[in-house]
Amino acid sequence: MFDSYLPLIVVLVPLIASGLIVICSRLPNLREGWTILASLLMFGMTFSMLPDVISGNYPAVTLFELSPGAALALKVDPLGIIFAISASFLWIITSFYSIGYVRSLGLHHQTRYFTSFAVCLGATMGLAFSANLLTFLIFYELLTIAAYPLVIHEETPEAMGAGRKYLAYLLTGGLLLTAAVAATYIWTGDLSFAPGGFLDATLGQGKLIVIATLFVVGLGFKAALMPLHGWLPTAMVAPTPVSGLLHAVAVVKAGVFGFFRIIGFVFGPTLFHDIGAGTILGIVCGVTIILASLLAFRQDKIKRRLAYSTIAHLACMVLGAVLLAPEGWLGGSLEIVFHAMSKITLFLCAGAIMASTGIDRISDMNGLGHRMPVTMGAFTIGVLSLSGLPPLAGFVSKWFLGAGMVLDGEPVLLAIFLISHLLSVGYFAPMVYRSFFLPSPHPGKFSEASLLMVVPLSLTAILSALLGLAPDLIFNFYTLATEMIAGVF
Amino acid sequence: MEQIPVLIPLCLILAALVSFLLGTWRRALAYPVASLGAGLSFAIALWGLITVLNNGPQHYYLGGWVAPIGIEYVLDHLSAFMIILVTGIGLLCIIYSLRPVQTELGERSVFTYPLMLLLLAGLSGIVLTGDLFNLYVFLEIASISAYALIGSGDGRAPVAALRYLIMGTLGASCYLIGVGFIYSVTGSLNMSDVASLLPGLYQSRLIIGAVALMVIGLGLKMAIFPLHLWLPDAYTYAPSAISALIAPLMTKVAAYILIRLLISVFSPHYLGDVLSVTPILGILGAIGIIAGSIMAIAQRNLKRMLAYSSVAQISYIALGIGLGNPIGLVGAMLHIMNHAVMKGSLFQIAGALQLQGLVEVNDLAGMGRKLPYTMGAFTVAALSMVGIPPACGFFSKWYLAAGCIEAGNWVFLSALIIGSLLTAVYFFRVLEKVYTSPDAPQVTSRYSRPCLSMLIPILIMAIAIIGLGLANSFIVEYLLEPAASTAIWSGR
Repeated sequence: MFDSYLPLIVVLVPLIASGLIVICSRLPNLREGWTILASLLMFGMTFSMLPDVISGNYPAVTLFELSPGAALALKVDPLGIIFAISASFLWIITSFYSIGYVRSLGLHHQTRYFTSFAVCLGATMGLAFSANLLTFLIFYELLTIAAYPLVIHEETPEAMGAGRKYLAYLLTGGLLLTAAVAATYIWTGDLSFAPGGFLDATLGQGKLIVIATLFVVGLGFKAALMPLHGWLPTAMVAPTPVSGLLHAVAVVKAGVFGFFRIIGFVFGPTLFHDIGAGTILGIVCGVTIILASLLAFRQDKIKRRLAYSTIAHLACMVLGAVLLAPEGWLGGSLEIVFHAMSKITLFLCAGAIMASTGIDRISDMNGLGHRMPVTMGAFTIGVLSLSGLPPLAGFVSKWFLGAGMVLDGEPVLLAIFLISHLLSVGYFAPMVYRSFFLPSPHPGKFSEASLLMVVPLSLTAILSALLGLAPDLIFNFYTLATEMIAGVF
Repeated sequence: MEQIPVLIPLCLILAALVSFLLGTWRRALAYPVASLGAGLSFAIALWGLITVLNNGPQHYYLGGWVAPIGIEYVLDHLSAFMIILVTGIGLLCIIYSLRPVQTELGERSVFTYPLMLLLLAGLSGIVLTGDLFNLYVFLEIASISAYALIGSGDGRAPVAALRYLIMGTLGASCYLIGVGFIYSVTGSLNMSDVASLLPGLYQSRLIIGAVALMVIGLGLKMAIFPLHLWLPDAYTYAPSAISALIAPLMTKVAAYILIRLLISVFSPHYLGDVLSVTPILGILGAIGIIAGSIMAIAQRNLKRMLAYSSVAQISYIALGIGLGNPIGLVGAMLHIMNHAVMKGSLFQIAGALQLQGLVEVNDLAGMGRKLPYTMGAFTVAALSMVGIPPACGFFSKWYLAAGCIEAGNWVFLSALIIGSLLTAVYFFRVLEKVYTSPDAPQVTSRYSRPCLSMLIPILIMAIAIIGLGLANSFIVEYLLEPAASTAIWSGR
């Protein structure tokens, strides 16, 4: 560990950019320039910390006390940088895409859109780099609030309703998380994350169960575990880049990331299991996977089907954190990144389809493959990766998740896990089938979206494929994940 | 140095006198004199704070008569904390009041500034005195000024003031009778002297009666549910500048008296374990949080909504007192400050909006674009009320939640959580209106930015909400924890 202000700067860059975006609200090109500049800077700086983190030398900064004994402190460890790199890299992609999207649809309140986006990313970075629970909590709550204007962006009654539901769910979760952190603070006096956990059995079964329950329910809202998932499908009224980056990457994965932090760095996997929380959370995840996959079949709106698929996949990641075998953790943490890459591809495709043809229902997708070959090609790669087809990225993470379940001796969970992939092929295949094999009502009309949208979604699709062949490609996700596991176990 | 405690009320009383004399001669002079007086008292308060942090508590004996015979003024950690709050918010409110007083009170404004200063003098006297009877005197100075200030408004304001006067006098009388009981048993009025005499008299019926009377009296002043009935009308109908001054300070100083009695005269052990007074306060607090928030949700008038929200927020303080542990009390004390700053800010904004004719929540549709700075400050204050970090409101809830867990009181914790969610309901309802509803039927040209004398205090308060949140650990460690640790928490 060494002192460095870099993590702090990474968090501040998007926050400062949000101020500049507001100031330049009358000059759209300059305004979007700030977004692009901030995303590039943020990714560049995060990426520059990679060699240090891999060599076990973690940049850290402690600012001032927020509450006696708990400082505002940032520390870049392997788990944090995995999340930070994937979010900041995808922000670059989404920023270019957003510009194309909001301009081709002529969205109103564009300044508010880009400002909230930047604040969300700042909060996500802070959350990823948090060195203790209180810092984590602060960024977690900030993220909740910063994403709210994006959920209600359309300002239709439907969007306002979705916004209220979003707040009701996530503020409740945040308050329970506050209670959980306060309980940890009062009962142990310690809040700093430590690989392998800082709680121990001497605290007593009762208190540990209380803390675990508050954490699991509090984080469960954001990670959309059933029955706390209700906000996610309704929040799909948000503009598509928002659904892509926030409701498939930053916000929901903040919940999943929280589970990894709590289980691995507060409780420790063994203790979490010993108090029985592991089993219960495992059951909840199993049920969520099956139910969400089944519910996905019933959705005709493209984005809603993707949302239910997200719920199922999020539960898979949490399941990885619950497993006692290191392979489960490896699979779960890789799934955070690889699912992000593939799912954002699907969302970006859905947005491109929406922007150029106005189609948002699966039943209208007939023949789309001929009208938008690049988009639908990327879509297909994303679908295959999410269904776990080798050699795509999704396969790697799922392989390790499955291995973890085998090593843990969990046949039921393994069965659920495997069935969920059959189901995901089941609910994704009709979209691909319709677009490539059914005749279009408007034959011969070629209508690919603007390059600002097509290039980003092709990039994520290509990465979804390449990361399967070389999980360590560019970002060193595999090395980072193994290093994190070496600390936790 | 030891004169600091008495200098602050003295400075304010003198300023009141001067601003009255000069104000009757030239009406325009009252405002600068009042601002100067409040500014000077704030400067002395800052000096006092630094002195306490460096040299510990300061005592001043009025007329050189040593306690328990003479009247003692004490500047300790808790009163230094409160005096900064009283004079700081007082200063900002007086600066803010220039335009609202001109437009709303006109001719009557001759009396407004002297009364505001007297109110502040009374409040700072309450905070600094170490004498139970002297406290009553200052309480009456503050209260009578408040009745007069509220009554100076138009329409239903005099009726609201009369109602407040009746309830407030009842409360003050209860407190006075309680002090009389204590005097008849102990023969002393000095707080620390009474505190040292009391332990032998814990079973005395007169003392128990005194506790009951004083707590009920202060409960009325503080507007603890269900003794809050005077508050909504008084806050709603008072002139803008007056509600911005009274809403953050009056009830909070009453809460301060309660905490002062709890830690410096009686003890948490006596009021909690022996008499069960604080647990009852806590239960009333828990009920008040829910009831006040629900009433706030039901309001359409912005100031009335804020007034009911005050009832709920006062209940957080009562709940913190009721927890019966140091960290809960720290949460209650911190919430006195946090709520004073947040509500001060919100009432200043509500006043600024009222001057433009915007009274109802529905009138605010689309105002986020027309009044960006004012509504930006409103957003900060509202999010802080909901408890979003790093604004200060989050940290009161943090310490209170920690206190609930320390006490193992899950019912209070649930009340805290539900209360926060209800707060989110009534504030997001306003924020939704403010930032969306683009096609609201409003005439754009009518709305102008509030003048700088209003906008600057509003913005300072908004910055303070964030700043105090980030600096809370300093306040807790150096001021509130030392204050809470002087109390006797358990029987030996």
